[in-house]
Amino acid sequence: MPTSVLLDINGRAVTIEVDDPGMPLLYALRDHLELKGPRFGCGLGQCGTCAVLLNGEPVLSCETPLTKVANKKVVTLEGLGSPEHPSPVQQAFIDEQAAQCGYCLNGMIIQATALLATTKNPTVPQIKKALADNLCRCGTHLRIIRAVQRAARNA
Amino acid sequence: MLDFVSTRRDVLKVGGALVVTFTLAKKACSAVAQSSAQKKTVASDEVDGFLSINADGQVALYSGKVDLGTGLRTALTQIVAEELDVPIDRVRLIQGDTALTPDQGPTWGSFSIEIGGTRIRQAAATARKALAEIAADRLGVPTTELRIESGRVTGRGRSASYAELVGSGTFSLKIDDNAPTKNPSTYAVVGKPVARLDIPEKATGRFSYMHDFHVAGMLHGRVVRPLAIGARLESVDESSVNGVPGLLKVVREGDFLGVVATTEWGAIQAARKLKATWSNWQGLPERARLWEHVRATKINSDLVTSNVGDSAKVLSDAPKRISATYDFAAQTHGSIGPSCAVVEINDGRLTSWSASQATHRLRRQLAAMMDMPLDDIHCLYIEGSGCYGRNGHEDAAGDAALLSRAVGGRPVRVQWMRADEHGWAPKGPPVLVDLRAGVDGEGRVIAWESEFFVPEGGLGPVPLIAATLAGLSTGPIPEPYRFNFPNLMAFNAAIPYTFPNITTAAHLLAETPFRWSWIRSPGRLQNTFANECFVDELAAFLGADPLDFRLGHLDDPRGAELLLRLAALAKWEKRPTPRTGVKGDVVTGRGISYVKYRLSRTYVGAVAEVEVDRRTGEINVQRFFVVHDCGQIINPDGVTNQIEGNIIQTVSRTLKEEVLFDRSAVTSLHWATYPILTFPEVPDVVIELIDRPNEPPWGAGEPAATIVPSAISNAVFDAIGVRLRSVPFTPAKVMAAIEGH
Repeated sequence: MPTSVLLDINGRAVTIEVDDPGMPLLYALRDHLELKGPRFGCGLGQCGTCAVLLNGEPVLSCETPLTKVANKKVVTLEGLGSPEHPSPVQQAFIDEQAAQCGYCLNGMIIQATALLATTKNPTVPQIKKALADNLCRCGTHLRIIRAVQRAARNA
Repeated sequence: MLDFVSTRRDVLKVGGALVVTFTLAKKACSAVAQSSAQKKTVASDEVDGFLSINADGQVALYSGKVDLGTGLRTALTQIVAEELDVPIDRVRLIQGDTALTPDQGPTWGSFSIEIGGTRIRQAAATARKALAEIAADRLGVPTTELRIESGRVTGRGRSASYAELVGSGTFSLKIDDNAPTKNPSTYAVVGKPVARLDIPEKATGRFSYMHDFHVAGMLHGRVVRPLAIGARLESVDESSVNGVPGLLKVVREGDFLGVVATTEWGAIQAARKLKATWSNWQGLPERARLWEHVRATKINSDLVTSNVGDSAKVLSDAPKRISATYDFAAQTHGSIGPSCAVVEINDGRLTSWSASQATHRLRRQLAAMMDMPLDDIHCLYIEGSGCYGRNGHEDAAGDAALLSRAVGGRPVRVQWMRADEHGWAPKGPPVLVDLRAGVDGEGRVIAWESEFFVPEGGLGPVPLIAATLAGLSTGPIPEPYRFNFPNLMAFNAAIPYTFPNITTAAHLLAETPFRWSWIRSPGRLQNTFANECFVDELAAFLGADPLDFRLGHLDDPRGAELLLRLAALAKWEKRPTPRTGVKGDVVTGRGISYVKYRLSRTYVGAVAEVEVDRRTGEINVQRFFVVHDCGQIINPDGVTNQIEGNIIQTVSRTLKEEVLFDRSAVTSLHWATYPILTFPEVPDVVIELIDRPNEPPWGAGEPAATIVPSAISNAVFDAIGVRLRSVPFTPAKVMAAIEGH
């Protein structure tokens, strides 16, 4: 039986109908709400590309069931900024040209945003540690590190 | 500036003229109109194949080579903007659409700029010349008095825009190989670090990847692969998925098994729950004896890639001989986003959207598999997750085609799960190399011999999994082009050094354990690993500095210049290797490597600095110095980005990556069993680009990968005097090498 689920996504209250309230948040965001920031990578919580902020904390939406996000605020990459008005972290990634294919960028920017919220001037080892569970296959790591440093400087 | 994807639904016949509009994924936006009375040509010898200018002065660039996440979109846009003298934001790229873009072959081999871009530049030069001639006629001003700026031709106070000159008509011109291209000294856009056009949208979630694409009424499919590679499907228990919400159909065709559902989550759950029995199959070699298996594989033919003097005789008479065997594991592509495709079949016409690096080739494969006329198949490219070779995208399109056909042609999206990608995408084949060298009494290398055990062929289409499993046609697939080389894996088997007697030969094997394909620098990576390590072995054997040794055997001023610049960049200290007098558990070393890609193209030299922990066998690659000469550089930041990616990705392949398997199937099905390099392990990369604006532009997408494994192995030898000859260099292998030393 379809169930209504109330979500708070990027500051907006939305209701979606799902067959299974145990469905991972990722599919609600992508298929029901047509958001493109959170991406499917492994479905196993191993690569980080599906990350979103849940009450400000980075979580992996591929392994977060809808039942665990009730009454919590979900912020996706789209909720941080837009091409016209990018967030400081997004702007830093653009300025550092920190992408090849860019598929992993969602997780990188979400994770970096969370890091900078708690650590104002992270060292390179702190940045590397914060991003240790986020995989990038193209080898854009050095640019991503520089982007996080730039975002910290501009904050 | 954005990437436009046409959909079949937007091709409308209007008043006898074919009007093609483009939609940015789902959202309709302004049109690039093609108002010729005929279908747009995709001929690769016609200007109209590659370029059109519409009534608004927008330039449409139609490229058969596609942006795989490399920045090609930006670089090709720069080339056209430069050659036509229009602002970058007036150029729109349409890529990999079989109805609109020429068949320029797969996007592979670091050829997208070198061949694809050069062709497009010549098309633009032809167009520019034609526009000037039309303007001369129209304005009554000789071409010698005309100048072109920002899409306007001006002279004697009169001027006309491109749009006014060509309107939305066609050029109807063959590409003129003699049409003058601009003098590089006048370049304003090419050679500049123009910012990537796609990054703002990628950083904010607005960019539409293949994985985001959908069409109205789209269903979701998932595949259920055999438990063993060659297993037969014995039975399917459809009652096992009774009650899965949204499930429409279980699709079985031979050994092909999949599900179609109205929701993605429904498809995932059905695929997980579906019970099927498969026959037993144990056709893979025993992993512990892989190299014996490779060595014992039937050789179909030998390909001698270089032959100088009489190496066999000189080697047998040589006073001193050394030999070594190198091996390089099977590896997987490992794109972060698993393969994805959408297919629909409507009125007997099939449309496929995928991130295929070869849509024209995919079209031919789908025609064969579906037994449909080629004209009824339309394949479109949409950028996916980073692509480093022929991964699973084409297979996902094949899967989607069978699933769509099973539900009456309704559009079906197939998203591979992680295990589908790791388990079933084609693999880079395992490669084994034997090397021998002879040294005379005065310490000169007098002979070099090598044998490479590599699979035969590798240039044609990789059979679609769906076709193989369903027992449908996998070909032969006729192709409109021929390659001027016989084998994919034998490049860089020959060496750039001038020893007096050389024989390098590839044994072309009848088979290899896995369905295989090209992954970034196929063959060139494995072969250069063996060659550049063995050169280092020779230098060490002779007590020579590894840089001096290379320079002493290099008859190539451009290569020598690169190595000298590398020495300066890396502050190379001349001495024999390994280091002496080293103490402590954690030891540092440096290693050098050099390549001339395919012995005819891009030059790369690198110095790796590593730290080795003798207690654990762990290698920490601290830094790579790279000097890179790919001739004319289109976008220096793009080249730098590619080099960084090559180095980091190949450090990962060198230290960590190996496909694991049992006798039945691949067992490394996710990132825990097939780990790749993570942030804390990433080296610094220091790059010096050599720009040669007056030389042809060569590729940069692959060459820098080739020198990574050897530079690391040579650095480890420098550090601890132990030679690593088997990729990946896992701590266990390092410890075994230390203990066996």
